[in-house]
Amino acid sequence: MKIAVCIKRVADMETRFKIASDGVSVDETGLKFDIGDFDGYAAEVALQLNEKEGKGEIVAISVGPDVVQETLRKAMSMGIDRAVQLKADKVPVDGLAIARALAAELKDGGYDLILFGRMAVDSANQTVGPMTAELLGLPCVTAASKLEIANGRGTARRELEGAAEILEFPLPAVVTIDEGIARPRYPSLKGIMAAKKKPLEVKPAQLGEPHLTVTAMALPPERTGGRIIGEGPAAVPELVRLLQTEAKVL
Amino acid sequence: MANVLAFAETRGAELRKVALEAVTAARQLADATGGGEVHALLMGAPGIASHAAALGAHGADVVLVVEHPGLALYSPEVAAATAAERTRSGGYRAAIFSASARGKDLAPRVAAKLGVSMASDVTSLEPNGDAIVVRHPTYTGKIIATLRLTGTPAIITVRPGAVPPAPNARAGRVGRVAPALDPAAARVVPKELVQGNTAKLDLGEAPVIVSGGRGLKAPENFRLVEELAAAFGNAAVGATRAVTDDGWRPHSDQIGQTGRLVSPDLYIACGISGAIQHLAGMRTSKTIVAINKDKDAPIFKIADYGIVGDVLEVLPVLTEAVKKAKQNG
Ligand SMILES: Cc1cc2nc3c(=O)[nH]c(=O)nc-3n(C[C@H](O)[C@H](O)[C@H](O)COP(=O)(O)OP(=O)(O)OC[C@H]3O[C@@H](n4cnc5c(N)ncnc54)[C@H](O)[C@@H]3O)c2cc1C
Ligand SMILES: Nc1ncnc2c1ncn2[C@@H]1O[C@H](COP(=O)(O)O)[C@@H](O)[C@H]1O
Repeated sequence: MKIAVCIKRVADMETRFKIASDGVSVDETGLKFDIGDFDGYAAEVALQLNEKEGKGEIVAISVGPDVVQETLRKAMSMGIDRAVQLKADKVPVDGLAIARALAAELKDGGYDLILFGRMAVDSANQTVGPMTAELLGLPCVTAASKLEIANGRGTARRELEGAAEILEFPLPAVVTIDEGIARPRYPSLKGIMAAKKKPLEVKPAQLGEPHLTVTAMALPPERTGGRIIGEGPAAVPELVRLLQTEAKVL
Repeated sequence: MANVLAFAETRGAELRKVALEAVTAARQLADATGGGEVHALLMGAPGIASHAAALGAHGADVVLVVEHPGLALYSPEVAAATAAERTRSGGYRAAIFSASARGKDLAPRVAAKLGVSMASDVTSLEPNGDAIVVRHPTYTGKIIATLRLTGTPAIITVRPGAVPPAPNARAGRVGRVAPALDPAAARVVPKELVQGNTAKLDLGEAPVIVSGGRGLKAPENFRLVEELAAAFGNAAVGATRAVTDDGWRPHSDQIGQTGRLVSPDLYIACGISGAIQHLAGMRTSKTIVAINKDKDAPIFKIADYGIVGDVLEVLPVLTEAVKKAKQNG
């Protein structure tokens, strides 16, 4: 199978973020970046599918400035064959702009399967995958927590609130990957060496005009937590009193 | 003055609470732009039209009903084609969906079909000149972005719970609409709806959530969590990924970045460390209680009330105390 995996470079979320001086972006100094969590699952799914089938090609694609090359090399060190950077000064927040750039690249690529993460952990939009599918006119299943491919058809499971659903679809198709399918492998030393020589093409991103822009960023109000009211079962009466009189939830 | 479309989410024959939230948000937007009409789009198998009254009661002037025997299971392609066609032909200023699993699947398809941008998972929305200004939690909830969405129609998904359903009676006139795609012609074919435990209160709707983590030590100890939830009477049970991954609880109970985003009046975290991915799903709860034996557990940093102790010892005592308080209250 020929599979594309769309990968976003995202900041490590285990940090205390600062808002940059422009007021509309995150200050990137000192942040660590990596493949988005869900995109890592998607990469792993692609690798496992092709390992099962024996042969094929997997291409990683990322829209963004030159720093995304590092992220694409990491994907190739996991075993992905080649990569394409769709070069943009910065990654737009408008999912449709990203989808347009990806669709332009994917359109004539002859892919059997195009994989996305369920969402980018920074934007938390969950829009780029299904938008790209629509622009390409391809069948699409979002947030798959299980995926099987056989004889040119796919079966996927998606989790709903308190339920789940099973869907079938023909290839070629777009699938966005939820957690639970696959844990991304760690690159081996051999993989890291090999990735240095794998092809990485750079092309301009055809983003079009964005219609969604950030006008302000703010830190959420700090919770004034940290109030330990006591130890062990002995603290229960005080907790119940506070829930009744102060929080008024009991 | 502008009309706004709201997607009325159903599951099987049921109308979901988020449908009323979408209608409420659409009503607010229509009123804020000078009092246009709200049209609710209600799709499903024959009989689904019976929910029109509930939609009217929450502010729908018109309920556009799409009934088809092929829509007993939700079909993403039929829903997207029909919602897009309707949005286009109706000349709406905006189309509002819930940021539920369903709405997040559907809204981006509709936006791309119409060639317009969209705003996701917003906690507030208001018109501002030719734009709609929204708030959206990003970076696992650590940053709140204010965004400007231009273009018509504006496609928006609203975070469940952010706009509670508000009664606001309107005519709710029923209009019939045909699906824009024959369900038999859809390429993506829904095969099965795997129902969870329908008797349970849904996490998104429960005013109280009692949630358990690995600190409960063994799956059978979740009984203590369930008993506390039962003592409240209006509580649902949640879990961390550590325990859903280990199969102690179903995946659908998971709260956090990759599970449900919840905002109950009261969240009781039992034996939960407070990893950022978990906090991302519950930090907007109104009151947070944490029970953990480690006084340095990060959950205590965001908890309003913390008890340092063994959850297996504290829970039974708390359950009894809550029962007593409920009896006396
Ligand atoms: C991409 C990604 C997405 C993720 N998404 C989610 C998500 O959506 N939701 C989620 O929950 N996690 C998620 N995680 C996992 C998250 O990082 C944590 O691993 C997880 O939340 C930890 O669960 P826990 O608190 O139950 O377990 P632990 O971190 O193991 O904590 C157990 C706690 O119990 C306490 N304890 C132990 N024994 C007792 C006792 N007898 N009495 C009282 N306290 C006790 C301990 O002090 C400890 O604080 C995600 C991780 C990644 C990488
Ligand atoms: N800049 C980008 N380059 C490549 N893929 C992207 C980019 N942004 C988002 N994606 C893909 O789209 C998915 C959903 O992103 P989002 O809609 O922003 O939540 C991500 O998990 C990626 O697979």
